[in-house]
Amino acid sequence: MMKKLATLLLLILINQLNVLAQSSNAVEMATGLRSSGKIYVVVLVIVLLFVGVTAYLISIDRKLNKLEKRK
Amino acid sequence: MNKYWWKALSILLILYSLIAGLLAPVPTLPIINETIRILYYHLPMWFTMFTLYFISVVYSVRYLASGKTEHDLIAVESVNVGILFCFLGLGSGMIWGNYSWGDPWPNDPKLNGSAIATLMYLAYLVLRNALEEEQKRGKISAIYNLFAFPVMIVLMYILPKTTDSLHPGSGGNTGFGEFDMDGAMRAVLYPASLGWILMGLWLAQIRYRIRKLQIRID
Repeated sequence: MMKKLATLLLLILINQLNVLAQSSNAVEMATGLRSSGKIYVVVLVIVLLFVGVTAYLISIDRKLNKLEKRK
Repeated sequence: MNKYWWKALSILLILYSLIAGLLAPVPTLPIINETIRILYYHLPMWFTMFTLYFISVVYSVRYLASGKTEHDLIAVESVNVGILFCFLGLGSGMIWGNYSWGDPWPNDPKLNGSAIATLMYLAYLVLRNALEEEQKRGKISAIYNLFAFPVMIVLMYILPKTTDSLHPGSGGNTGFGEFDMDGAMRAVLYPASLGWILMGLWLAQIRYRIRKLQIRID
C-alpha cells in the first residue's frame, strides 16, 4: 500500500517537470507575417479569388434561371 | 428550388472561414505549425464529398422505387460533384502530408482507402457510360451505387481506425479534437464545413438543372 502511494507521488512529481518543460513555448509560428501586417494582403488576395469565382458561379446560376423561365 | 438564401449562406460561411481561418489564433503544435489551418479547408472537402455521395445513394434508391429520370439525374450529378471534392480533398491532403510527413503518399491505410473509394466512384461513371438504354443505365448504376457507398464508408472511415496510421483520427492517433480544447478551431471548422457542403449542393444543383434543360431540348 505504501509502495503504491510512493509510486503515485513520484509519478506526480515527475509529471510536474514535464509541464514546466512545455511552458517555454518553442513552437515557431508565422508571427513575422502577422506582425508586419502582410497577412492581411494574403487574406485580401484569397478573398478576391474566391469572390471572383463565386461571381462567375452566380452568373451561371442566373443564366440557368433565365433558360428555365423561357422554356 | 429557386430559393437562394442557402446559396448566399454558403458564400458567407466560406468567406468567413477564409478570413478567420488565416487570421484567428490556432493551437501551436510542433511540426505542423501554421499548416494546421489547412484543416479548415481539407476536412470540409471530405464532409462535402460524403454528403453528396449520401444524397446520391438515397436518390439511387428512390430511382429504383420510382423509375423517374429526375431521381437518376440527381444521383449521377451528386456523384459527379462528389468526385470533384474527393480529388480536392486528396490534393489538399497530399500537399499537407508532403510538408508534415515528408511524403505526399506514405503507405497509409486512410489514403489507400480513399484512393480505392475514388476509383470505385469513377467506375460508377464508366459503368453509366457503357450502358446506352436509359432505364437499364439508371437501374444498374443505382444498384452499383448501393454497394459502392457502404464500401466507401468501410474503406475510408472504419478500416483505417483498426490499423497503424499516420493520419490523425486513425490507427490509434488522436483526432484534432484533442488539441482544440478551447473550441477555437471548431468556431471556424463547423461554419466552414457547412459552407462547403452547401457549395457542393449548389454545384450539384446547377449540373442537375443543366441536365434537365438538355432533356427538354432533345
